[in-house]
Formats: sequence, C-alpha cells, structure tokens
Amino acid sequence: MVENFTQLMQGFAVSLSAYHIALMMAGVMFGLVVGVMPGLGAPNGVSLLLPLTFTMEPVSAVILLTSMYWGALIGGSTTSILFNIPGEPSSIATTFDGYPMAKRGEATKALTFAFLSSGFGALFGVVVVTLLASSITKFALLFSPVEYFLVFVLAFASFIAFGAGSPLKTIVSILIGLALASVGMDTISGSMRLTYDIPELIRGISFLVVVIGLFGLGELLETMQNPYAAKAVTTRLDWAEVFRSAMIWPRHYASLLRSAIIGCWMGIAPGGPTAASFMSYGIGKRMSRNGANFGKGEPDGLVSAETADQAAGSAAMLPMLALGLPSSATAAVLLGGLLIWGITPGPTLFREKPEFVWGLISSMYLANVVAVIMALATVPLFARMMQVPFSITGPIIAMICVIGAWTVAGAPFDLWLLMVFGVVGFVMKALDYPLAPLVLGMVLGDRMEDAFRQSMLLSGGKFSAFLGSPLAVVISSLIALCILVAVMGAVRRRA
Amino acid sequence: MRGYRSKFLSAAFVIASAVSAMAFSPSKPVEFVVTAGAGGGTDIFARTIQSIIQKHNLMSQPVVVTLKGGGSGAEGFVYGKTGAGDPHRLIFGTSNQWLLPMVAKVGWKREELTPVAALAFDEFLLWTRPDAPWKTAGELVAAAKAGNIKVGGSQSKDLDETLLRIVEQVAGIKTTYIPFKSGGEAAVQLAGGHIDLNTNNPAENVGQWKAGQARPICVFSPTRLAAGPKVTDTMAWSDIPTCKEQGLAIEEYKMPRVVYLPPNMPAPAVAFWADVLRKVFATDEWKEYIARTSQTGTFLAGEEFTRFMVADEARSRKVFEAENWLVK
Repeated sequence: MVENFTQLMQGFAVSLSAYHIALMMAGVMFGLVVGVMPGLGAPNGVSLLLPLTFTMEPVSAVILLTSMYWGALIGGSTTSILFNIPGEPSSIATTFDGYPMAKRGEATKALTFAFLSSGFGALFGVVVVTLLASSITKFALLFSPVEYFLVFVLAFASFIAFGAGSPLKTIVSILIGLALASVGMDTISGSMRLTYDIPELIRGISFLVVVIGLFGLGELLETMQNPYAAKAVTTRLDWAEVFRSAMIWPRHYASLLRSAIIGCWMGIAPGGPTAASFMSYGIGKRMSRNGANFGKGEPDGLVSAETADQAAGSAAMLPMLALGLPSSATAAVLLGGLLIWGITPGPTLFREKPEFVWGLISSMYLANVVAVIMALATVPLFARMMQVPFSITGPIIAMICVIGAWTVAGAPFDLWLLMVFGVVGFVMKALDYPLAPLVLGMVLGDRMEDAFRQSMLLSGGKFSAFLGSPLAVVISSLIALCILVAVMGAVRRRA
Repeated sequence: MRGYRSKFLSAAFVIASAVSAMAFSPSKPVEFVVTAGAGGGTDIFARTIQSIIQKHNLMSQPVVVTLKGGGSGAEGFVYGKTGAGDPHRLIFGTSNQWLLPMVAKVGWKREELTPVAALAFDEFLLWTRPDAPWKTAGELVAAAKAGNIKVGGSQSKDLDETLLRIVEQVAGIKTTYIPFKSGGEAAVQLAGGHIDLNTNNPAENVGQWKAGQARPICVFSPTRLAAGPKVTDTMAWSDIPTCKEQGLAIEEYKMPRVVYLPPNMPAPAVAFWADVLRKVFATDEWKEYIARTSQTGTFLAGEEFTRFMVADEARSRKVFEAENWLVK
C-alpha cells in the first residue's frame, strides 16, 4: 500500500500539468452539459469526443474522457431531481426522494445534497481504487457466473425486501420488468424472443426510453391532473441557500459512509452503478432513522442513492483497467478508446504502464472536485426553474422527454414506445403499483437470466452450485439474511 | 450579359452532372454504422479507419460513428438496409452479415447489402487455463473424450460456437459450450479457472496471456502467425503452433472485417469507397493496427470479395445444418 502512495504521487506529477488541468476542466464542463440532457448521456458524449483523442497521448486522452464521464454522472442527477427524468439509468433511484424534495420547494437543497454526495462517493471510490489497485484482480477473478447471479439476486433482495407496499403489486411490477428485458436476441440460445418479426424489436426494448416514459411523461400526466401541485413553494433561491444546505449536509454521515461502501463493493463486484444505487437505497431505507419517510422526499434517501451511484462509477475503473471488463455503457466506450490508443487492459497494465494508470487515478481526485464545484455553481440557476409556472415547464419537460428518447437510438419506433410507457406509468401510479421494481427487473433481468443459465450450463443443472464456493456461500447467506429481515418486518407490522 | 451567364451556368451544370455520373464524392457527412457494441473489435475497426481517413484527408466530409449493435449486430444491418441508395452510410461488420440470417429471423439477406471490401482477417486460437493438464491439441482431444470440457465464447450460434462445433466434428468429441456477452468476458472466466477453454481472437486474450492467466494451445491458421517481439518472457505469437500441425485437421478459420453499403448502390459510389478503403489499407497506421491486434491484413473487393462470402456461407451452412440451427 505504501508503494501505491508513491505511485499515486508520481501520477499527480503527470496529471497536474497545466495542459491536463485544462483538459479536465473542459471535460467536466462538457460532461455536465451532456449529463443534464436525458438520453444524450455519458456514453454518447464520450463517443462524440473519442475522435478528438486519436492524436493525443493516451494519458491525456483518458483524462479528458473520464473527466467528461464524472461531469456527466454528477450532472445526470439534475433532471432527475427537477423533472423526475433520470438522465442516466444509475440516477433513477435519485428521483425517488430528489423529485419530491424539489416539488416541496427544496430544489436547492436537493441539488446541493446530490452534488455533494456524488462528490463524496466519487472520492471515496478513488481512495479505495488507490488502496486496492494492485490486489484487486485476484478478487474479481473469483466471480464465475454463479457469483454474478447471486450478486444480482442480492441487489434485488436488498431493494425489494426493505421496500414497503403491497407484495403482490411489487411482484407484478418486477415480472413486467423481466418480460420487457427478455425482448430481443437471447444471448444463450441466439434466437429472437418476443420480437414477432418486427425489425424494431430485434435490438430489444431500450431501457432508457421506458424509464423516460414511465417517470418523465408519466409524472407529467399525473401533474396535469393537479397543476398547482407542481408550483414550488417560494423560497429564496440564492447562494446563501446553497451554502446553508452544504453546512447541514455532513449530518448525513452515516448514510454517506454506508452508501459509499455499498457503492464500492458493487463497483468492483460486477454489479455496476445502477444496481449499486438501488441496493444502497433499499438498505438505507432499513438502516436510516428516517427510513419510513423514504420516497416522500427524505434527504437520507437522496444521499444513499447518489453516493452509491458515484462510488460505484469510480470503483468500476479498476475491473475495467485490470480485467478489461466494462461495468457500464460509458466504461465500454472508454475501453474501446484504450484499445485504439494502443493500451491493452489486463492484469499487467499496472506494471507495464504505471504512468498511464496512476496518471488516470490521480486525475480522478481532482476532476471530481472540479465537477462538484462547477455543478454547485449551477444550482441557483436550475433551482429557479422550479418557480416557473407549470403551463410553461410542462411543455418543456415533454419536449425534453421526446428528445431524450430520440437520442437513445435515433429510431422513430422509440417515440411510440415513449408514449405507451408514459401512459403505462400514469396508470400504474394511479393504481398504486410501484415503478421502481419494474425498472430494477428490466435493468438486472437480462444479465441475471444470462448468469443463471450460464451457471446451470457450467454445473450441469445442479442448484448446489450456488453454495459451491466460499464466496457463493457468503453472498447466499446475505440474501437469506435480507429475506429473513423482510419476513420479520412483515410479521412485526401485522402484530 | 444575363443570357451569357445563364448559358455559361447551364453548360457548367451539364459538365458537372456528366462528371458526377462517372465519379462520386460525398456531399454530406458520412455515417459509419458499427454493427456491434462500444469497445468491441468492430467498433475499433471502424474508428481506426475513421482516424486514418481524418489524418490523411482521404475524404472531404466529416465522419460520424453510430453504434447499432443490438441483436448481435442485426440492428445495424437492418438500419443499413433502410438506407437504400444512400452512399453516405457505410456499414461495418464481420461475417455476421451473411451468417446471422441463416440462424436467426432477421430483416435482411446477404445479397441485399452492397459489399465494398474486406480489410482484415482476425485469427482464432484455442486458449486454456495455465494449470490445465493438456499441453497440445492432441492431449486436449484425449481429455475431452474422457471427461466434460467447458468452453466459453462470445454469443450463441456465432463464430466461436461455430468453430467449436467444427472442432467437435473433426475430432469426434463433445463439449459444453457456455455463451457469454463478449470475448472479453470469456477471457476473464478462463483466467479465473471457471471454464477450460475459449476460442478468442489474439487481442481479446493477450492481456491474460501476458499475465500468465491463460495459455495458447494452437492457432486455426494454415501457417504460424507473423513473427514479432516476445509477448511473454519466453514466447512470441509465432511460437504458437498451428492446430493442423498438432493433428487437429482444420486448415483455416478466420473472421473477416468487412464494409458494406446500403442496397441499390450506383457503381461509382461503390468504386469511390473501395478506393478510399484501399488507400486506408496502404497506410502505415493500418499496418500498425493489424500488427497490434495480431490480425492478417488482406484486401478483398469486388468479385473476389463476393466469391469469398459465397464460399464461407456454403461452409457454414453445412455446420449449421448438422447442428440443426438453420431457421426456415
């Protein structure tokens, strides 16, 4: 570990040149803009910038692109909070409490909390990356499809088990999500499922389109029933408010720490930021003193989701560099970039190109601080949007939803899907079906199914495989614990 | 004066249209459609060509890369088909273009897209975990006859599984195939010792090989790979025996990297793009890409390219028939 620190210092020597700091600033700024636009998102943004980096030194190129990624991850929570439109799959859990807070007139506080928590999560993740950099490969290699499957089940169990609401409706919602995830080509059999020979369905149903429909349009339809609810209680929106929010933010230290640890674990274990934020939100609901208020605009919920999201995002850099495994769509684009720049990710990368690896890691410290400061600077501006009457913001939100759905794949078919899911979201809300389990089913369903069937192929169909390694036993026990807690909670509620 | 000018203009117009009937050059930004996900081999193939075109100014218009990798690339090929007659849309892919329509219900046929060129051929190797008891292809076949060997690969009924089924037929063995999302995942699973073999391309497994977490058994090529610097402490690519050399009678198995245009393409447009790609092929940057990814650089266009596709289609159809994969 001491060695890691000397390496880190040499990394800073690379990343702290004026040129690299300028790249960081530019990357973060562009990332914030891209992150605020739903659908455009970090993966597209990184793709757009990629050609510019062909002529750069690899370390400069990666600093530019990752800085953009951090900017986009932080900026992605803006529309989640203000309009209930998640800009990235991983900021869905941010809407659960962020949007109700904004509706209540606490947009400034919600945005400030979200940005600061993001920054905290990211920095925590980078510290973990710094400490574990050289020893992580061995741990990540322990994961066979069996352990992958169990990690996904754990994410499900911890989120669902600690949720409230009707169990039957929750299950219905999950099943719809799983069914939607299975549309398109099946990895294991190579055949098309549920496509009915419609060419547009071959690529599957885009997760982001569904989310923008369910959350963005669905919420819009609901607000139209009662437009005055959307009008914010007037608060003084100024810098002092940002400062005051920042001052009380450290009180959530327990949630911050817990979520950062969950985030790092899910970033290194192959769960990724989306699963991390859901899992952290679910566990937070159980552990936090204010757990009962989760979903009604509880700052602790917002902090739990945002911190884990960003911690997972930065921790996921490790498996990407050391194994070549991208844990998110953006990481996949970055991985392509690495190969074009002539860098082969793999266990020996840390030994062969220390100036590259540590230049990148050290830049993550600075870029995230820059990103948080820049994002905070936009808070008063964005918060003011909540005071604009609904008759003006409504159509703008509708437009953002359509643009967001269009940019995912540039397909007219997606716009029809958007409309359909807008109505579905509205109806589900009216009938009190929870939307989050649907989204979780859709996000994890595909990979979970693959992992399950791969496990069965590997073990020759024996279920005992799920207790077949020490790691599998540990994760299986955690799942059992979640279920036990849920059952006990249900019994206690009834008593 | 006005009369003169209009006459001059119309004359210029006639000349211009006559020229455009003979030659083509792009008049708006060109879209490179990648029929695979971000960061995969096809993405890098397309972006390398993009960067070379940019650097050597081989074309006046900017290039936009779009990723359409849904359904093993089906999304991108279907999208290509919808651009009938548009010479500003190039589709980048692999032999997926003619293999996928045989095994899955997708919305295009091989003949429908206009072939431009094949530029590179990626090699396939048999990789195993370092602690595996078998050292040669012969020992591996003997072990597979005695027990269950688990093989990982990218996707189902795709190139990796097809190759494995050919190996099974040739060697008279049976194995368990586990499809993963990408060759990268199969490489990590092999390094972790969760599977026994994979059939990855050189670039997909070189990181693990360097780290001593994977060991090459043989390469499916008629000759050994090009000599180069040592990859590990003791071995270079050219030290890996061919599979044929080791008694596994498969002459050759390669994955072409190919470029298409949409249907109904005028001949001058096809000629223009074939020429640009030929120029790309001749650059040092291209040679450097081929060497770095341990592929074979071969340029096929026109008749030659079509002949190759038809032959490969026929060979694959036999395998698919035997495995009962063909869709009706």
